[in-house]
Amino acid sequence: MNMVECIDITKSYQQGNVQVYALNGLSISVAESDFVALAGPSGSGKTTMLNIIGGLDSPDSGRVTVNGRTLNEMSQSELATMRLERIGFVFQAYNLVPVLSALENVEFVMLLQGVSSAERRDRAEAILDDVGLKDMYHRRPSELSGGQQQRVAVARAIVANPSIVLADEPTANLDSKTGDDLLILMKEMNENRGVTFIFSTHDKMVMEYARRLIEIRDGRVAFDHVREN
Amino acid sequence: MYLLLGWRNIWRTPRRTLVIMIAIIIGIWSMIFLGALMRGIADQMVRNSIATLTGHIQVYQKGFRNDPVIENSMQQTTPVTAKLKALLPPGASWTERVRVNAVAGNARHSAGITLVGIDPAREAKVSFIGQAVVQGRYLRPDDKYGVVVGRALVDKFETKLGRKLVLMSQGTDRDIASRAFRIVGVFRAEMEATEKQFAFITITSAQRMLKMNDSISEISVVLPDRKDVVPMVDTLKAAISSDEYEVYSWMDLLPLVTAILKLYDGSIFIWYLVVFIAMGFGIVNTTLMAVFERIREFGLLKALGMKPWWIIREVLTESCLILLMGMAIGTGLSYLSVLALSGSGIDLSAFAEGLEYFGMSRVIYPVIIARDMVLANLVVFVLGIVVSLYPATKAARFTVVRALAHT
Repeated sequence: MNMVECIDITKSYQQGNVQVYALNGLSISVAESDFVALAGPSGSGKTTMLNIIGGLDSPDSGRVTVNGRTLNEMSQSELATMRLERIGFVFQAYNLVPVLSALENVEFVMLLQGVSSAERRDRAEAILDDVGLKDMYHRRPSELSGGQQQRVAVARAIVANPSIVLADEPTANLDSKTGDDLLILMKEMNENRGVTFIFSTHDKMVMEYARRLIEIRDGRVAFDHVREN
Repeated sequence: MYLLLGWRNIWRTPRRTLVIMIAIIIGIWSMIFLGALMRGIADQMVRNSIATLTGHIQVYQKGFRNDPVIENSMQQTTPVTAKLKALLPPGASWTERVRVNAVAGNARHSAGITLVGIDPAREAKVSFIGQAVVQGRYLRPDDKYGVVVGRALVDKFETKLGRKLVLMSQGTDRDIASRAFRIVGVFRAEMEATEKQFAFITITSAQRMLKMNDSISEISVVLPDRKDVVPMVDTLKAAISSDEYEVYSWMDLLPLVTAILKLYDGSIFIWYLVVFIAMGFGIVNTTLMAVFERIREFGLLKALGMKPWWIIREVLTESCLILLMGMAIGTGLSYLSVLALSGSGIDLSAFAEGLEYFGMSRVIYPVIIARDMVLANLVVFVLGIVVSLYPATKAARFTVVRALAHT
């Protein structure tokens, strides 16, 4: 079964008097446990696609299915529940809660899920250890480097055992060494935990890590290539 | 963790949090403290009125209250006093009085007054006069011709202690009875009007002068606790023959004071609302600023799976924390302010003449009661949460994609 199925998705925005198409009849499917890069220049529709797969935005037309559930038919509350239980997000700008420590940021999603305090603490510490932040549990985001913050974001995204992690240009604000480390980490999580990763990028070096590369241009799939191992 | 998150969020901008907290502190303080002053004024007014010959309960001969002429005096007091002895709780006091309208005069002046015949020992436990004599002495039971008058009357009559004062009133035989008395004592009262109005002689002198035999005008009762007045009035009404006697509480005898008390109750609540409206704008404004500064963060929380209701709860938690801190400090300060003034009160002697028009005392002692404190805090808390719902709902309604794109 495919983890993600997008069929003939269109999405347009009004810019002044002009209707701009971000997605224009785009169709893709992503298999379970895949590691997929959405590539393309700025404005090609990568972020819009991720937002639609994550239930953060809705398409004008077309059908989106994630983990067997059709998003078009779900209410805002159901979408929120699905995001909480099935989807992890990693954002370009890290987007950690600034007043919470690394540990508390990771715990927060589990708090929303209703996980008990002791279990939250154990799982958050374990995942932070996995992403190499063992000694930084109690640091606030402002006390962490960009790479460390993004590691916390990855830990937060996968700690709740989601089916899929959506990462919007996760390395864009990082230097190449830190970006490489992060991608290796994401790859490990994908291989060790079987979590499906879809991330957007326009960095050629980052694309090298993807098992499958989908290039989007003008809101359509321009190139779809599966790398042989 | 919601509390922790709320607590840390409110201290992200300490200055703003402190400003709104100070507004709440001042609001709560002014609500409770000025409410306590109003209560103090009202309480003092009731105490003065009760002490100025009203008492908590009065018993009259039937018809006397409607037509308080000497013919309607109480001739048989034993049925009433026997019941009082049997039914009044320990610590209660009662006294019999003769009270008639009279004219007081000396060589230079004359004026209408109320002549009160009292049992000196019993009266001292019931009304103000026992402790009010500031010059000369209080009446003795055997004072046949002694009179105690107010300082203002002495000044008005240009007389002094030891001088004669002629008192005239209608006797039971419908003739004018008059007798010369000697001023043995001068009293001071809270209000100048009281000093001008009353002249006290012994009850036996009054009865003899007015040819009343053993008749009296009224029996005045004071209970240990004002709260027991209504049930005691009911008890006495049931016990004493209603064909011959009438029993009244101070609320019946002082309808104006009762009305003013009700007015104060209403005005305290209106005062609370006025203060809150000013404070409420501050709360809405500050919370809105805090929400709009964190649009991106709310977008993130929604992206992570937070439902709108949870975001409303998060914003309300922050408002709650600020409100609770402001309320606690404001209530504490108001309590300390009242405590500081409980000994000396606020002396308004300079405005005494004006205050008398309103029946107010020269010194106001603020009175704080638990109900007012709870009500003020409840008004601020409930309405504070209600006005915070607007920014909280705004935060919950941000579209995720737009919120995350917000810079």
